Amino acid sequence: MNNPIGNLNKLFDSRIRLGVMSVLMVNEEASFNDLKQLLEVTDGNLASHLNTLEENGFLKVHKGFVGRKTNTTYSITKAGEKAFKSHLAALENMIRFMQ
Amino acid sequence: MNEQQHLQTLSDIKRIMERSSRFISLSGLSGIWAGLSGLGGAWIACSWLNSYYAAWEARGGYSDADYATLRMRLMLLAASVLLVALAGGAYFTWRRARRNGLPIWDATSRKVLVNICIPLVTGGLFILGLIYNNQVSLIAPSCLVFYGLALVNASKYTLTDIRYLGLAEIVLGILNIFLVRRGIYFWTLGFGVLHIIYGMVMWWKYERKTREIMN
Repeated sequence: MNNPIGNLNKLFDSRIRLGVMSVLMVNEEASFNDLKQLLEVTDGNLASHLNTLEENGFLKVHKGFVGRKTNTTYSITKAGEKAFKSHLAALENMIRFMQ
Repeated sequence: MNEQQHLQTLSDIKRIMERSSRFISLSGLSGIWAGLSGLGGAWIACSWLNSYYAAWEARGGYSDADYATLRMRLMLLAASVLLVALAGGAYFTWRRARRNGLPIWDATSRKVLVNICIPLVTGGLFILGLIYNNQVSLIAPSCLVFYGLALVNASKYTLTDIRYLGLAEIVLGILNIFLVRRGIYFWTLGFGVLHIIYGMVMWWKYERKTREIMN
């Protein structure tokens, strides 16, 4: 039998990173401000978590402008979607395993 | 990490997914308010129509001036009812969002608004066209159909129950187009009665419990 913890992704231990992925699973894209508002985090904190996710190839970043203000939006990559789904499946498996 | 924590994580994920993709603060009281405004408006319109026909009878014929006045008054009335309904609706929804500590203006409420506005603005312009062409008997069914389509369209981004209200409005509008002389009744049913029923159901389903917890 497979080790049920095997598929849990270390990257998603952080609640903020998990939150970002959850938002992007159900929305085509989300702006930095949308994410900040939804997850109730500070700019610096969110930015560093977004960087980590981007470096791992889970996020695509689109830099744009609304008038003169920068407007950065994020969307999920195929790899990110796959990683998130297997993380979810692992969580569900563990719950089943323990019952 | 134990089982309890995993369950907590899963429910957090679900909550964030829902909250980020749907505007859940739409209050049932907004629906009841809109329905009451609709009923009030219909009642005033009825009394104006009655006195218009009474004057017609008394005079023994049609009068251009009377008709123009009635039309102008009804259009102003419709605009005021819309304004009152929207203002009250926005207030109750704002109040509910504030109680739950949720933002009222975010990506989800923007999506709801945009998706309501596309069919609604189309309908508004279409109805202006009907007035321009003097097809007044088609106004009531057009209002109902376009409003219903707007609600169905927005239901993807808010509590899905509103989809059924939208479908009911569309059915009423379609029935109305085959019974054009009964416009005021369909209008009252669609914008008054249906809104009140919908609002009460929504309030009962989603808001009653949170209120009990808070009191």
